[in-house]
Amino acid sequence: MRIGIDVGGTNTDAVVLDGATVVHAVKTPTTADVMGGIMRALRDVLDTSGVATGAIDAVMIGTTHFTNAVIQRRDLTPVAAIRIGLPASASLRPFVDWPDDLAAIVRGAIFMVEGGHEYDGRPIVPLDVAAVRRAARQIRESGIRSVAIASVFSPLNAACEIAAAEVVRDECPDVAITLSHELGRIGLLERENVALLNAALLDLARRTTRAFTDALRGSGIPAPLYLTQNDGTVTIASVAETFPVFAFASGPTNSMRGAAFLSKLADALVIDVGGTTTDVGCLRHGFPREANNVVHVGGVRTLFRMPDLLSLGLGGGSLVTEEPLSVGPVSVGYGLTERALVFGGGELTATDVAVAAGLVDLGDRRRVASLPAGLVKKALARIRAMIDESVDRMKPDASEMPLVAVGGGSFLVPPALDGISDVVLVPHHAVANAVGAAIAQVSGEVDQIFQDLTRDEAIAEARRLAEDRAVRAGADPATLNVVEVEDLPISYLPGNSLRTRVRVVGDVTSHRSR
Amino acid sequence: MPVSTLRPVSSEEIEALAIGAWILGTGGGGSPYYALLNMRTLYRDGTVVSLMDARDLDDDDLVAVVSNMGAPLVGQERLTDPATIARAVRMMEEHLGREFRAIMSVEIGGGNAIQPFMAAALLGKPVVDADAMGRAFPEAQMTSFAIHDLPMFPLTLADVRDNEVIVTRAASWKWMERLSRKVCVEVGSIAATCKAPRTGREVKECGILGTTTKAIRLGQAVQEARRQHRDPVAAVLQTEGGRLLFSGKVQDVERRTTEGFLRGIARLDGLDQDRGRRFTLAFQNEFAVGWLDGEPCVMTPDLICVLDSISGEAIGTETLRYGQRVRVVALPAPPILTTPKGLTHVGPRAFGYDLDFVSVFS
Repeated sequence: MRIGIDVGGTNTDAVVLDGATVVHAVKTPTTADVMGGIMRALRDVLDTSGVATGAIDAVMIGTTHFTNAVIQRRDLTPVAAIRIGLPASASLRPFVDWPDDLAAIVRGAIFMVEGGHEYDGRPIVPLDVAAVRRAARQIRESGIRSVAIASVFSPLNAACEIAAAEVVRDECPDVAITLSHELGRIGLLERENVALLNAALLDLARRTTRAFTDALRGSGIPAPLYLTQNDGTVTIASVAETFPVFAFASGPTNSMRGAAFLSKLADALVIDVGGTTTDVGCLRHGFPREANNVVHVGGVRTLFRMPDLLSLGLGGGSLVTEEPLSVGPVSVGYGLTERALVFGGGELTATDVAVAAGLVDLGDRRRVASLPAGLVKKALARIRAMIDESVDRMKPDASEMPLVAVGGGSFLVPPALDGISDVVLVPHHAVANAVGAAIAQVSGEVDQIFQDLTRDEAIAEARRLAEDRAVRAGADPATLNVVEVEDLPISYLPGNSLRTRVRVVGDVTSHRSR
Repeated sequence: MPVSTLRPVSSEEIEALAIGAWILGTGGGGSPYYALLNMRTLYRDGTVVSLMDARDLDDDDLVAVVSNMGAPLVGQERLTDPATIARAVRMMEEHLGREFRAIMSVEIGGGNAIQPFMAAALLGKPVVDADAMGRAFPEAQMTSFAIHDLPMFPLTLADVRDNEVIVTRAASWKWMERLSRKVCVEVGSIAATCKAPRTGREVKECGILGTTTKAIRLGQAVQEARRQHRDPVAAVLQTEGGRLLFSGKVQDVERRTTEGFLRGIARLDGLDQDRGRRFTLAFQNEFAVGWLDGEPCVMTPDLICVLDSISGEAIGTETLRYGQRVRVVALPAPPILTTPKGLTHVGPRAFGYDLDFVSVFS
C-alpha cells in the first residue's frame, strides 16, 4: 500500500492506495508548520482506514513549498554563480533578467570563467581551472554556502561543469553545488536561472525533507519517502532534496496524474477547477504534456521539465458582476464559505450562480432564488466560453478527446463541450492530487542534439541514455517504458541535426519485501 | 556636412522597438529578446543611443550595415554581445581605412533590428533610421541594396575569440552567402558581421528609410493599446495602414527543415466573422503566402504577420501551434520590393510559388 499526500496552500490531502483502489482519503487544513498538518493527515488517514503502519510500502509527498518560497521571496539563501563560457556570452551575466527584489536576496557573487562548448561538442576555449579555483577560494572566504555552475552548451557536453564542481568541492567541501546540465535544457540564461533558484532553495529543501521524514517516523511509518516531481514522477527524498526546482509544479501535475488514474484515461485533457483559478492540462500516455517554452517562476524565466498548463482566473469563488458582465479573475478564495451568497455572505460568486442554476447543491439555495434568470444564464454562458476556449487551446490537435474534470469547483464544467468527446467526472476528484502523488513512478529524460544519425538511431541513443538516468533515480529496470518521444530538425546546423527528447518511466524499486 | 538632427532614443523606445521588430519579422528574423536584454543593461549603465534621419547623411558618409549571423538555437547559448558586433564594425573601418559616420541594420524584422543599437552604444555613433528589407527575409540577396545591384563585398566577420575574417570579394550574392556561412559554421554557427559598407548616398537612394521609427511606432501602439485595454491588433492595423485578413485558430502546423530553412504550412479555421472559412499559410523562415479558402490572398513581399488575438504579440513560425487564437494581418511592403526588379528578388517566385504578385493593397 502507498500513501499519497498533497500539501497545498489551503488543504493537505492524503489518500491510502491499495493497488488501484483508493482505500481512504482525508482533507485537512494546511497548517503554518507544514509538518503538523502532514502528521495530522497521516494520523487521520491511518486511524480511519485501520491500515497498519507496517503495511505501507512508500509515502509520496507533493508540496508547493518551494514554489511559494520563490514567489514570496522567503527562506532563500544567497548563491554564488559560476558561469563558464567566456569569451562567449560575456555581456549578459547571471541574474540579468531577474526581478530586483529577488536578485537582491539570491545574488551572492558572480564569477565569469573561460570555457564551455560549441553546439557540436568542440570546446569554445579550454576551461580556465585556475580561475575556478580562485572563485572557489573567494566563495569560501565570503561564507556563501551554495554554488550554481552553468556552462555554455552543458546539456550537450557537461565536462566543464563537472570539472569545475570538483575544484569547488576541493576548495570548499561544505558548499552545496548545483550543476545546470542536471536541471535544464538548451537556453543558457533560462537553464542557469533554474540552477540559481535550485541553489537558493537547497537549505529549505533539506529542512523540509527532514521535517517530512520526521513526520513519517513520528507516525510510526518505516516506509521510504518520495517527493513528487513536475513531470508526474517521484524521486527518493534524499535525491529529491537536492533538486527542489523539480517539485515546483508538482501540485497541478499530481492532479492531472490523479485524474488519469481515476478515469483510467491515458490521453485526455484535464481541467482542475479550484476556488480562484483553473488549470487546464493535457495528458499524453498518462503524463502531463511538457511545456516546450519558457515558464516564469516568481518572475524568473525558466526552461526545464515543467508541465504545459494554462491557468485562468476562474474558480468557485470567482466574483460575478452584471454590468458589465464579468466572472473573475477576482475571487473570494478562502472566504467562499463566509462571503458567497449561499453561505450567508453578500457577494455574488460563480458558486452562487451554479447553485441558482441547480448545477450543485451548496449552502442555502433560497438565498439565490431571487437572482434574475437572465443574469444566471449570461454568467454561465461566460463561464462556458472561458472553459471552452482554454480547453480547446490545450488540445494537441483538432480531433475530439475526453476531458476529465477534477477539483472542488468542477461543477462549473459544462457536461458537454465542443471538440470534447466526453466530460468525465471521477470519484475522489477532490483529492485527485493526493491520488496522483500515490501512484507516481520514477522517470529518466534526455533532451539533446544528435548529429549524423538517422532519426531512428538518434531516438534509440536518446532512449538508452534516458533509461540509464531512470535506473539511477531508483526505477526498476524491468518495468521501464518509453512515454514520450519527440524530435525536431534544427535549421542552419550542418549535417543532419536532430533535437531529440525521450522520456522513460518505471516503477519504484521495491524497498520492502512483500 | 548637412546639419544633422540626432534624436536620443529612450529606453522605453528600445522596449517598443523590440515588440515592433518582432511583428515586422513576419514570423522569422529571430527573437529580439537577448539583444533587448543587452540594451537594458547598457541603458542601466547610462548609455543613450541616438537615431539619425537618413536624409541627414552626407553623400560621401560611410554607413556600417550590421547583422548577427547564425542559428537561433546557438544564439540561446552563445548570447549576442555588443562587443562582438562593435568589433565587426571596427574591423571594417580598419580594412577600409575610413571611419563610419553611422550604423544601420540590414533587417528591421526580428533581433537584427537591435544589433546596430548594440554596436552604436559601444562605438558612440548614431543609428540610421533605415534598413535594407523593411521586414525579415531568409536570404542575403533579398535586400534593397541587392535589388539596386550594389556590390555585396567586402564583409567582416567577428568571432568571440580572436578570430576575424574579411571576405574582400565575392563573385555574387550567392558566393558571399556561401563563403560567409562556411566561416560562420566554423566559429560555432554564430558570428557578428558587418556587411558591404554603404555611402550616405547609397543609403538615401537604395535603403528603406524610416523603418526603425516605424518599428518603434508599432511597438508603442501595441503597448498603448494593452495599457488602455483596447485591441492591440486594431492598433497595429491603424498605425501602419494594415489590413485584417483573417481571424481564426491554428488547426494544424507542418514543419520541415530543408536547405537550412524552416519550411512549412499552417492551416487556420475561421472564428468570429470568418467562421466557416479556412486560411492556409506557407512559410520559409518567414510567412510567404496565404490562401483564403484555397485562393491566394496575400503573398510576399507584402508583410504577413500572425498576431495573438488578445495580446497582439507576434507569433513566430517556430512557435505556431494548434489552438492558438490568431489574427492574420498584412502590412504594406516597401515600394522598392514590389517593383518588377524587386519582385525577382523577393516576390512569390523567389520562394518557389508560381504566382503573379498581387498586393493586398493594390
